[in-house]
Amino acid sequence: MTRGRRLELLGGLLLIVLLWLIVYPLVLVLIEGFFGPSGWTLDFVRMFFEQRNEAQALWGSLWISLVSVILAAAIGIPLAFLFGRYDFPGRSVLGWLVALPAVLPPLVGVIAFLFLYGESGFISLLLQRVFRLEEAPWTLQGAGAILLVHAYSMYVYFYLFTRSGLASLDASALEAAASLGAGRWRTLRRVVLPLLYPSLAGAALLTFMTSLASFSAPYIFGGGFRVMTTQIVATRLNGDNELAMIETVSLTLIALAGLWLLRAPSALDNVAGGRKGTAPTRIRVRRRSVRFGLALVGWGLALMLLLPHLTLLLVSFVPLGTWTTEPVPPAYTWRNYLTLIEDPVRARPLFNSIWLACISTLAAVGIALMAGLLAVRRRVRGRGMIEAVLAVPWAVPGTVFAIALATAFSVRAPWAGRFVLVGTLWILPLAYLVRNLPITSRAILAGFRALDPSLDEAAATLGAGRWRTLRRVTLPLLRPALVAGASLAFVTAFGDFVTSIMLYTYDTRPISLEILSSLRQSDVGVAAAYGVVLMAVSAAVFALGADRGSGG
Amino acid sequence: MTFLQLEHLTKRFDGTMAVDDLSLTIERGEMLALLGPSGSGKTTTLRLLAGFEVPERGRVVVEGEDVTRLEPVARRFGMVFQHYALFPHLDVGQNLAFGLESLGVGGDELERRVARALTLVDMAGFERRRIGQLSGGQQQRVALARALAPEPRVLLLDEPLSNLDPSLRERTRREIRELIRRVGITTVLVTHEQDEAFDLGDRVAVLRGGKLEQVGTPEELYASPLSEFVAAFVGRSSAIDVVVLGPGGRGARVAVEGVEWDLTDTNDAPAGPALMVVRPEALRLMPPAPGTLAGTVTARRFTGASSLFTILTDGGASLEVTGPPRSVSAGERVGVMPSRRAGGGIHLFPRRSP
Repeated sequence: MTRGRRLELLGGLLLIVLLWLIVYPLVLVLIEGFFGPSGWTLDFVRMFFEQRNEAQALWGSLWISLVSVILAAAIGIPLAFLFGRYDFPGRSVLGWLVALPAVLPPLVGVIAFLFLYGESGFISLLLQRVFRLEEAPWTLQGAGAILLVHAYSMYVYFYLFTRSGLASLDASALEAAASLGAGRWRTLRRVVLPLLYPSLAGAALLTFMTSLASFSAPYIFGGGFRVMTTQIVATRLNGDNELAMIETVSLTLIALAGLWLLRAPSALDNVAGGRKGTAPTRIRVRRRSVRFGLALVGWGLALMLLLPHLTLLLVSFVPLGTWTTEPVPPAYTWRNYLTLIEDPVRARPLFNSIWLACISTLAAVGIALMAGLLAVRRRVRGRGMIEAVLAVPWAVPGTVFAIALATAFSVRAPWAGRFVLVGTLWILPLAYLVRNLPITSRAILAGFRALDPSLDEAAATLGAGRWRTLRRVTLPLLRPALVAGASLAFVTAFGDFVTSIMLYTYDTRPISLEILSSLRQSDVGVAAAYGVVLMAVSAAVFALGADRGSGG
Repeated sequence: MTFLQLEHLTKRFDGTMAVDDLSLTIERGEMLALLGPSGSGKTTTLRLLAGFEVPERGRVVVEGEDVTRLEPVARRFGMVFQHYALFPHLDVGQNLAFGLESLGVGGDELERRVARALTLVDMAGFERRRIGQLSGGQQQRVALARALAPEPRVLLLDEPLSNLDPSLRERTRREIRELIRRVGITTVLVTHEQDEAFDLGDRVAVLRGGKLEQVGTPEELYASPLSEFVAAFVGRSSAIDVVVLGPGGRGARVAVEGVEWDLTDTNDAPAGPALMVVRPEALRLMPPAPGTLAGTVTARRFTGASSLFTILTDGGASLEVTGPPRSVSAGERVGVMPSRRAGGGIHLFPRRSP
């Protein structure tokens, strides 16, 4: 068999594995939703449309996502302009702090908000005390609470995308506009914003998809307010499996519609993409009062954005049962952290999350490397398909994937490619892997694209075989992309809540589930301590990624 | 003695012919330049030689050994890439060692040979420099040293000067020429610059649409082009439609826009319509008079010892003519005549169909 044939075969094999892991479970969901005891049926679809709460959940998902986009844009874009275009004292430190919500995994952000603004949170208790109120000034529930969390955690997308867009602007474009007599506003409207469009569209898409798939906030804060993700889980718990499938299909359709409407193919690559020309220099703010004002606003903002992190840290030192109505906890202890290490039952989730995240990250990196070698470097047949299938989980909410995998791998039918994995150790790593494939492969495929193919050819003319070329040339040059892809995958898997809650077993319960159960037992200290662990690991991995990724 | 042989090489990409039945032979130690516009198949030919592409038909033979199906790794052909393809994560010394390590060279021997290769390109002592710290010209020399270090059988150069500053090109060209002569390696280089091909190549192969138009020394190509294409592509020239009336004194008698000229030292062409390709120095300017081709000067380019004038003839053809620097200026009416010392600067190519 020739080399080319072998590569084509490998490519085909990879495609089959990807189709089996990603597309097949989704197809099974589709089939189950339309297949009743007496053959094909639209009964469940009718059921779906007849129930009022289904329509409400669907509408809830949609408007929450749209409003989240608007709120995130309203916060993120001005911030990006402030830090990207103006220079004032503390700019670089603040600019970095502002991106900090990115290190809070969704569930951790939610519980931090709970400790902060919840009925017995710091802020609520403080206001209650100051204004001598009978009860908490608000309840952190319903759509408002969800939107608050979304705005907080998702403005970062707009902020980072807009900043990278601004950084890649060519100064000469702005100078050209100025030389053509365009004032500041006209330049902004006619030159800057159109040039930023891909970045903004990318951020809008990412925000829309993330809030459509958002589960933690609606699950904890929703109360009676249902969105599609929580509705699916509730329906499934009720045992209405087929209806859950139809709900899953409808959520997927909205996600795909959103993807299609906001399609911005290159926007995501823009963030990592190189810049051309020289970036515009920042405008130095000269007026003393304005400089002072900007710095004050900046620090105030940073403090507000950091409050959830600080709260989490503070609460993690609160001993069990000592904090009830005081605005500030009366006692502090290391006990909670010691519990995580010493109590074998409580320590298990930490251990679980580590190995689950490691295995799924390794697998995701391995598959992405394969895909890069075959689809980008060797350009095998079906490379378009490989890339398309790899991107699918990005468009599909995590809840949907959890349902799909639970459906596909709860039946033993080896001839149909179905095995019983639900309830075993292997379902969670598989779910994390599938969920991580899009981001990991996106980073690694982009790395492959940036490689000059003539480097490989140069190695060949210098007598280096395939393995030596891979080891000495390809992998070292791919390191930034590998580190970026792996760290994103690890952080996502380590903090995962949405797929875990549907697929975990007692033996594989990850940190997020332990946080939830600690919270239910009012053991806020341990919940917060776990939250701090998640936050710290995320921050460390991101910092490592940023550091190693840029070096070499 | 033939060292490297290309026999009937044919390569198609998605149905379009990239290289079409190309045969060439290269002597040991010879430097052959593949010259052609983009899309002429010159780069594909080089890649077929390197082994990055496999031809549909034909063979590549080195020293009697058929290497057509041999992987690039096993060919021992050194190559300098257009953008150098130096490994950015390795330093200069490690880049040079890369090919030697493939041959199993190690230890002191490795260091010695790396140092020797660097000395060869006049960069001794640069071992520990990072690639990013080198200038374009230095990167080019490192690339050349890296390709030469494992002592390949054939050296392939892909547009070796295209990435350099114009001011550096001439010097680098001279350096490359001297270096390769000194090493004595059989070399094939690809370029779209005629100057480069003429300066570097012992012989030049002109390619067009994947086919070999002509191969020969630069002098042969300039003095006796076998086709319109070679005449027009190699050196400056302009083309004008003529009718060949018959043989003249020592050349041909032609009618150009109604004016009859006796051309000496031109190639034989059958009577009938033809395209006349003329070097600028084969024409001269004079005051408009009977027997001259009347036209208007549209541009003048000062080139030093002489000027290059562009003449728009009354018949609508554009001709380039060399003349004394300030003889005429733009807008003036002039007459064009064949120069007395046209010396092979005029070529006639019969029109196949009117």
